Amino acid sequence: MKKSSLNIITKDGVTFLEFSNKVTLYEIANYEKRLETTTITSKKVQISLNNVTYLDTAGALFLQTIKRELSLKDIEVSFEVQKEEFQKMLQLVKQEKASFSQTKKDSFLVQTGELFYNYYIGFISFLSFIGKLFATKLHYLKSWKNIRYKEIAFEINENGVKAFYIVALTSFLIGLVVAYQSAYQLKMYGANIFVVDMLSISMFRELAPLMTAIVIAGRSGSAFTAQIGAMKITEELDAMKTMGFDPYIFLVMPRIIALMIVLPILIFFADMMGVLGGIFVANLDLKITPQLFIERLNEVVAAKHFLVGLLKGPFFAFLIASIGIYRGLMVKDDTQSIGLNTTKSVVESIFAVIICDAIFSIMFTNLGI
Amino acid sequence: MKNVIEVKNLKTVFGNRIIHNGLNLSIKEGEIYGLLGPSGCGKTTLLREMVMLECYAEGEINVLEYSLNNINRDDAQNLRQKWGVLFQAGALFSSLNLYENVALPLQEYTKLSDSMIDEIVRFKINLVGLKPNDAFLYPSQISGGMKKKAALARSLAMDPKLLFLDEPTSGLDPVSAREFDKLILNLRSFLDLTIVMVSHDLRSIYDTLDRVAIIDNKKIAYEGSLENIHLQKSEFIQTFFGSSYE
Repeated sequence: MKKSSLNIITKDGVTFLEFSNKVTLYEIANYEKRLETTTITSKKVQISLNNVTYLDTAGALFLQTIKRELSLKDIEVSFEVQKEEFQKMLQLVKQEKASFSQTKKDSFLVQTGELFYNYYIGFISFLSFIGKLFATKLHYLKSWKNIRYKEIAFEINENGVKAFYIVALTSFLIGLVVAYQSAYQLKMYGANIFVVDMLSISMFRELAPLMTAIVIAGRSGSAFTAQIGAMKITEELDAMKTMGFDPYIFLVMPRIIALMIVLPILIFFADMMGVLGGIFVANLDLKITPQLFIERLNEVVAAKHFLVGLLKGPFFAFLIASIGIYRGLMVKDDTQSIGLNTTKSVVESIFAVIICDAIFSIMFTNLGI
Repeated sequence: MKNVIEVKNLKTVFGNRIIHNGLNLSIKEGEIYGLLGPSGCGKTTLLREMVMLECYAEGEINVLEYSLNNINRDDAQNLRQKWGVLFQAGALFSSLNLYENVALPLQEYTKLSDSMIDEIVRFKINLVGLKPNDAFLYPSQISGGMKKKAALARSLAMDPKLLFLDEPTSGLDPVSAREFDKLILNLRSFLDLTIVMVSHDLRSIYDTLDRVAIIDNKKIAYEGSLENIHLQKSEFIQTFFGSSYE
């Protein structure tokens, strides 16, 4: 097989670039290197393709680029082409060079303005979502028949019953760890029994509701976003709308209601499992028998601590479900957007839950509860 | 014959792009009406506006004597039960099998007994040419052509008088596409339907459509039968129909 090559010959003030065999996508890199290393001194260049057997569009573009670059240096360039098809190819690439009008980058001020405007629009659209939600709720009140019991039951099973093990395990471990860490400190003062107060109050009031909400945000919030986002991409939501099935009644409300029912129940189980973890450590590490633990619990921990924790449940559930679903509805017609919105959904709902918890904390403290 | 759909002076704006401006058309009862035009001219958008999925900026759309401009919730709900819509990819509910997909509107909107619903669903599935055994497959388990047929069965479930089809033959092989055309013609004659469709498929356009509207440059460039269409001067019509399909 003949090797593809480029000969550069200078004769009588004219430089000849003689290509032979192939000028294609795979050879031009070598030619480019050759040309970079040689300096052309003469005022005239002739590109000869007489020995070339194959020229593709990349090759032709390469030749035209050489011509243009040399022309800029006031060097006259001519082609020596015998084959008609090569001439056509050279003409083709010359014509087809579409000129992209480069979009000018916006100034910093415009970009910032746009960013905040988009945040503003995002906020407004979330408000419109919440508004639609409450309008749909009113529709529920008109007739109890509008409530989708079957869907609610399905969602309770999906997001409550199936989440039980993970919530139970998480809170058991949290109870275990908190008790273990405090046991070490309390032992130094001989204040072993106070582990009961410490663990149960922190567990009931803060840790169990928060941990459950975070687990559910990761589990159900992301699922809601992905489910509804995928339904949006496959036009299932549009199909529902044209059939007169309001997605807010069929998809949104059942999920929100189901989560609001199920989260307080999960928090209750989390409370129990957390205390169980505490009893375990107290028994092994602090020599507090389970009976003593329960007695002390009964004595010092008022029911209000427990109820405060449960009360947070529906609020957290509403935030997690509505953010998850809202993010699902925001999915656009591309696959990227599902990932992006799922991430946002989880991050935003955990953030919202923590903000809400902080507000509750301040509120209850000021109310003296 | 009376008009089933009337569009008057429609204007549609997306962001700062004007899609339609001063668009007028009317669709008569019992006809198969095609919306054609170059890609990006807003055919599907117009269809979506007719089925209340998209809002328009100005003008008026009347569907089955309801004005969409200020339709209330109950009227909108009634109207939605009078039409069927077939989406491009079928848009079957992926959590339900084909049988449940077709049965869903019947279960929701009627007080029919389960055995009656079963009869209707089996009839509709048979009508669109699906095998009885396919009825219990899920949308993810079937081919594109079957999905379209099943979606057609679902859109016919409530015996609508008006059917919207968004590119019914796109993505089908030529044989299935011709079958689908035949199916649509048959359905029209059996069920007395008015059909509005967006299509790109020339064969299908010539075989099925009674009248067409060609949207070009934000307006209707031509509305009428296909017979004289090649005489029109629009650039799109010349390139699409001009080089003569015989």
